[in-house]
Amino acid sequence: MAMQTTANAAPTRSGQRPLTRRALLTAGAAGLAGLAAGAAGCGSPVERGLLGTGSQPNSLVYWNLFSGGDGENMTKMVNNYSAAHPDVSVQATVLSWGTPYYTKLALATAGSSPPDVAVTHLSRLSTLAGNDLLQGFSADQLAKAGMPAGNFTPAAMQKSTVDGTIYAIPLDTHPFVMFYNVDVCREAGLLGADGKLKPIKGPEQLQAAFAAAKKVTGQYGAVVAVTNDPSTNWRWFATLYYQLGGQVMSADGPDVKLTLDNAKAEQALGFMRQLTASGLMPGTVDGAGVTSLFSTGKAGFLLDGEWQIPTYANTDLKFDVVPVPHVFGPKPVAFADSHALVLPRNSAMDDAKRALALGFVKFLLEDSLVWAAGGHIPAWLPVQRSKAFTSLTPQSNYVQAALTAEYDPPGWFSGAGSQFENVVGAAVASCQNGSASPAQAVQAIRSGLQPYLDAPAPGT
Amino acid sequence: MATATIIDDGSASGSPRSATIGETSTKSGADERRAGWWFSAPFLVLYLAFLVGPAIYGVVMSFSNATTLRPGLGSAAGWANYREVFASSEFWNSMGHTLWFTVLTTPPLVILAFVFAILADRLRHGRGLARFIFFAPYVLPVTSVTLIFTFLYAGEIGLIPTIFTVLGLEPPNLLGETSWAFISVAVLTVWWTIGFNFVVFLAGLQEVPRDVYEAAAVDGAKPGRTLWSVVLPLLRPTIVLVVMLQILASLQVFNQMYLMTGGGPGTSTRPVMEFIYDSGFSDARAGFAAAATMVYFFAVLVISVIWYLLRRPARKGAGG
Repeated sequence: MAMQTTANAAPTRSGQRPLTRRALLTAGAAGLAGLAAGAAGCGSPVERGLLGTGSQPNSLVYWNLFSGGDGENMTKMVNNYSAAHPDVSVQATVLSWGTPYYTKLALATAGSSPPDVAVTHLSRLSTLAGNDLLQGFSADQLAKAGMPAGNFTPAAMQKSTVDGTIYAIPLDTHPFVMFYNVDVCREAGLLGADGKLKPIKGPEQLQAAFAAAKKVTGQYGAVVAVTNDPSTNWRWFATLYYQLGGQVMSADGPDVKLTLDNAKAEQALGFMRQLTASGLMPGTVDGAGVTSLFSTGKAGFLLDGEWQIPTYANTDLKFDVVPVPHVFGPKPVAFADSHALVLPRNSAMDDAKRALALGFVKFLLEDSLVWAAGGHIPAWLPVQRSKAFTSLTPQSNYVQAALTAEYDPPGWFSGAGSQFENVVGAAVASCQNGSASPAQAVQAIRSGLQPYLDAPAPGT
Repeated sequence: MATATIIDDGSASGSPRSATIGETSTKSGADERRAGWWFSAPFLVLYLAFLVGPAIYGVVMSFSNATTLRPGLGSAAGWANYREVFASSEFWNSMGHTLWFTVLTTPPLVILAFVFAILADRLRHGRGLARFIFFAPYVLPVTSVTLIFTFLYAGEIGLIPTIFTVLGLEPPNLLGETSWAFISVAVLTVWWTIGFNFVVFLAGLQEVPRDVYEAAAVDGAKPGRTLWSVVLPLLRPTIVLVVMLQILASLQVFNQMYLMTGGGPGTSTRPVMEFIYDSGFSDARAGFAAAATMVYFFAVLVISVIWYLLRRPARKGAGG
């Protein structure tokens, strides 16, 4: 077959070969140019990415990392914006959660073609801001755009501020919370006259509640993801450790110091291990197993992020959500993170475009009752304090958690989905499943973080 | 047929053809060569732009403090990244994990594939069906395969732990304990990719002329003897190829590890590819990750060269 083609081609070669080739090349070039022109005209995200053309004056490019229930709610909010602003076209792009998202956001910004508005976790903010990837605002500037700093949950606003400059506009607080199965807890006598969980305080009461639930379910009192889920391990540990007043790291710009308190960490880990060792909680369950155990009533309590509410909302399960009980320490503390909106640094952005982008952000804040359906507590106080939200259950039960929220520690390798969470979470998991003692787990945290403490921070 | 071509590197078929062209006319030979370059140009452009170029850039990057958080290469780092890689216990641990995974997967993937191919080759009827059954998992995307096996392995709710519980045994922590996690992922990998080696072996077996079997039978050789003295030597190039491809594939493990265990518990199953990914992307240390890549590349290169030298006698034997 191949030979035959060559033979046929040979005679033509001596004749008009150069002309034909040139004509062909010209035609090809013209075709490509036409394609490019056409692409620039339509401006789909792919074509814009390939050809590097910026966004149009009356359009906004918006990146986020939401899928599932959150993704649906965010799409609804963007659609609401588009309906209210028919003259503005919003190109919303969803990228996959965690490292892939942050890599793309950083590279796009470093490569001078960032989105106009993007979502970030506040726990990731210091790295982005420290590397000059975000536009900073003064409180006055934001107030002029209709978003005074006093209108946000204080803990979230504080986390949005780096060295006096506001780099992010918080959208929500999403704490680590405690779910409970209403039927199981009623049978276990844990509900008050109002049908709500009676307050639980201190380690003994929590253990007693789990034990009572275990008697009803016949399997487990409570459940938390241990296997293959370092972030959840970290969140559960951080809740208890922060309640004890512990701190993991402190940072001064790129310089990170380990400030782990061995005694407090061992106390928190010891309590967690006690819960799994006594059989009140399983020690080797993964995320899917957690969903299965809690949704089928084989565990009375679930420790997880409130973003799991949509997972159980569509089942027959009757459940409610409260902040993680105040187990240790003088004051209640909840572990949380926040989603926030940022404007990546962009020399091509003029004031008109900036105003448009901030207007979009403000619209999302005002529309964040939609967002609250995903379990999150709106950071925008006018919504958080509105009648519509305070009557929304179970979300309004754990507003307290947003006010007492503490985040991932500062540091360039810390934040949502970071290596910090992986290292610490893995050590916590090894303690929960019994393969390491609390003291060994603390040692594993120290030795696991050491290479990061020794390494130069990126961009220095 | 396909295997034979790869093994011979075209040396047998390529040289006589070019000799004929050289005899007929030197001018058309030059034309031919020039045309050859033109025909290769689209490939060469892409090859240079997307393989050679980035590879060179990666070498340069490995001597810098480049980060994915800032444009450009950043400040020069000299040999600091390499010193850190060589001193990093995490890096060498991850190299060890990759090597251990290769040791766990290569023998079963070669031996089992060979055994299954021998058995399938003996089938009178339904050989196509057997081929399909063995090859089918290979077609599945890695996400589906890991999802299936996660359902099998998961603690508390998975099928395998449930079977253990029903039998009254303490179920092993298949994904949450290091030694089991390696075995769990290795089993998945064998089930998933054995089809490829199987098909290559089957093709090799079908290349063995039937009259060789007949001659062996006439000489009174038992099946075992035929296999050992006739089939195996004839299949040697195929075996060499499958072992080489399998070692290289296992050394590149990333997807199934990343999806099943995330390198966990902790970093105790993290393959070197994930170490590089974590350093370069999660930690944004592109320069350091590039240096780790170069060390890893060098290690794979050394293994490939050693294997190439080892198989040279085999090639001479096959060719002679």
